[in-house]
Amino acid sequence: MIKAAGLTKTFGKTVAVDGVSLQVGKGVIFGLVGPDGAGKTTLIRMICGLITPDRGEVSLMGYPAAEIEKARKSMGYMPQRFSLYGDLTVMENINFFGSLYKLDRDTINRRAGEILAVTGLLNFKKRFADNLSGGMKQKLALTCSLVTRPGMLVLDEPTYGVDPESRKEFWKILYRLNKEGMTILVSTPYMDEAELCKQVAFINKGKITAIGSPSSLKKDFGFKIFEIRAGTRDPEIFNGLPVLKDVSFYGDKFHVAVKDPAAALPAIGEWLAGKNVEMMSCKEVEPSMEDVFVSLAEKEVL
Amino acid sequence: MNRILAVLHKEFLQMRRDRMTLALVFMLPLVQLLLFGYAIQTEVRHISTVVFDQSLSAESRDLLQSFSASGYFDINYTAGSYDEVSRMIDSGRAKVGIIIPPDFSRSVKRGEPAQAQVIVDASDNMVANQAVAIANSIGLIKSQEILTRLKNIGGPPYDIRVRPWYNPDGITAYYMVPAILGIIVTMTMVIMTSMGIVRERERGTLEQLIVTPVKSYELMIGKILPYIALGYVQITVALLVGVIVFGVPVRGSLVELYLLTLFFITASLGVGIFISNIAKTQMQAFQMSFFFMLPSILLSGFMFPRDAMPRLIYFISNLIPLTYYLDIIRGIVLKGIGFQYLVGQVASLLVFSVVLLVMSVIKFKKKVA
Repeated sequence: MIKAAGLTKTFGKTVAVDGVSLQVGKGVIFGLVGPDGAGKTTLIRMICGLITPDRGEVSLMGYPAAEIEKARKSMGYMPQRFSLYGDLTVMENINFFGSLYKLDRDTINRRAGEILAVTGLLNFKKRFADNLSGGMKQKLALTCSLVTRPGMLVLDEPTYGVDPESRKEFWKILYRLNKEGMTILVSTPYMDEAELCKQVAFINKGKITAIGSPSSLKKDFGFKIFEIRAGTRDPEIFNGLPVLKDVSFYGDKFHVAVKDPAAALPAIGEWLAGKNVEMMSCKEVEPSMEDVFVSLAEKEVL
Repeated sequence: MNRILAVLHKEFLQMRRDRMTLALVFMLPLVQLLLFGYAIQTEVRHISTVVFDQSLSAESRDLLQSFSASGYFDINYTAGSYDEVSRMIDSGRAKVGIIIPPDFSRSVKRGEPAQAQVIVDASDNMVANQAVAIANSIGLIKSQEILTRLKNIGGPPYDIRVRPWYNPDGITAYYMVPAILGIIVTMTMVIMTSMGIVRERERGTLEQLIVTPVKSYELMIGKILPYIALGYVQITVALLVGVIVFGVPVRGSLVELYLLTLFFITASLGVGIFISNIAKTQMQAFQMSFFFMLPSILLSGFMFPRDAMPRLIYFISNLIPLTYYLDIIRGIVLKGIGFQYLVGQVASLLVFSVVLLVMSVIKFKKKVA
């Protein structure tokens, strides 16, 4: 559905996106994951034809960039920033966007009713968009991009700044849409959301560092993760221990990535003993997407 | 067509909710017309005058009597010295000083030219011009009187009679009200539409709009149409004020006036929407509108007669829609002329509208950056 090859965009002296190529197949939830400033929004805007790339090609549903208007009839896009009219009500916004796609009132009303029922906005039809909560705004934006029944949906950080409960609900809706056959490209800075995608591309500093399904990314990770509980909460306790590939601190436990457990584990024990810190437990755990991402990001720096 | 209607409907909804702006649309013609209609008087009467009469004779009193009888000069002060006259004018208490020399009466009697000096405070140009002109003509008339008496002839050799058509009484409001109406309409139209596109850009709504299949001409037309209605509302309010409050006669056909006004409204909207397409922020758009408005007011013939302008400025004034509309509205309202005399003006406005709209459609790229 989406093919991008060698996309590059420079703003002034900063290279926002640097030679990115990716393909999103039909019926996939494709996650674009990376920290703030990684180039996710620029990449998505280039894919949607909102920014002309300096180099590279995009094709949407088989249409090249020059014929993007044809693709637009059957695609939905939800920008990162709330982009609907705050001085219009929920239904007025939906009607406006629906009629830009030449849908008649009845069709819009019927479809909006269905989607609003799923998103739980039915009782807010007459409320001004400005008076909705952050999560509801996002759901309204989603509704607007769905009334046209697009075959493909592009979402730029749809859950940014939304509370965890609404995030969960939002993803439930995305899953449901995907089950009905919709192709979804979604960007997110949240690693837990990356786990929910069928395909994930890690993007950092404008470049894609890894691409694959969450399980294959974890399998190819190449490091073991140990969860250590120790008698200290000093996040920098392991600084200076070379056998550790990476350390993350989660408040009461540490995740350390090691290449060779046989050599590393005794070293950790010695290190802590030398610091007079008790080691309460140490067990191997499945790497999370976050572990994978953090180490990929580090590799990039080195 | 459907999509134009969708944009149109959306704009109407938003306009209806923007109470402040709507109120402004109604209040602007009302308040501006009342303010300017009363305040702008190009004719200056009752100029404060100081007199230093060293002659103190029947002749000098006769001359001063002519000055005060004209209605233009109010003799408020008499001075005892030249210095006192200059102090009066320096301090601004008097704008004009009349100095009559001691030998004034004797010269008149002898048939020699009797001199009287009139000092005018020319730091205020408008007052000065008027005072100079009136003082000169008083001098001429008085001289004539004496000449005809001495030479014993029936009247002056030339008798030129001037008949000011269309506004015989020279009522300033007749001339100003239609012009102010034009200014109000162009100001509102340009400023309001100049926000149209750039507001969506600033609020981020344009990003969502761009990914829809809406075409740029559909967006432009949908955004402009509601303002045409608004422009007509304004014109109607302004005309009513003009007729009811200032008694401006509408001599030509109202239907024709309303029809030809359409070209002026679309030209103004064209300017606004074009500004909106090149501005990056609403602030910029506002500044650009202002940049456009000032020359419109100064060069259109509203403030200064275009015939007096240097060639280059005259040429620039041709690029201002208001210039043509002033011809149209003054023509229809005051002169009662019809379309056949205004073809050139209408054609010019039409060219403005088409060029600006086409440029806007071309300039509007469906991109965010």
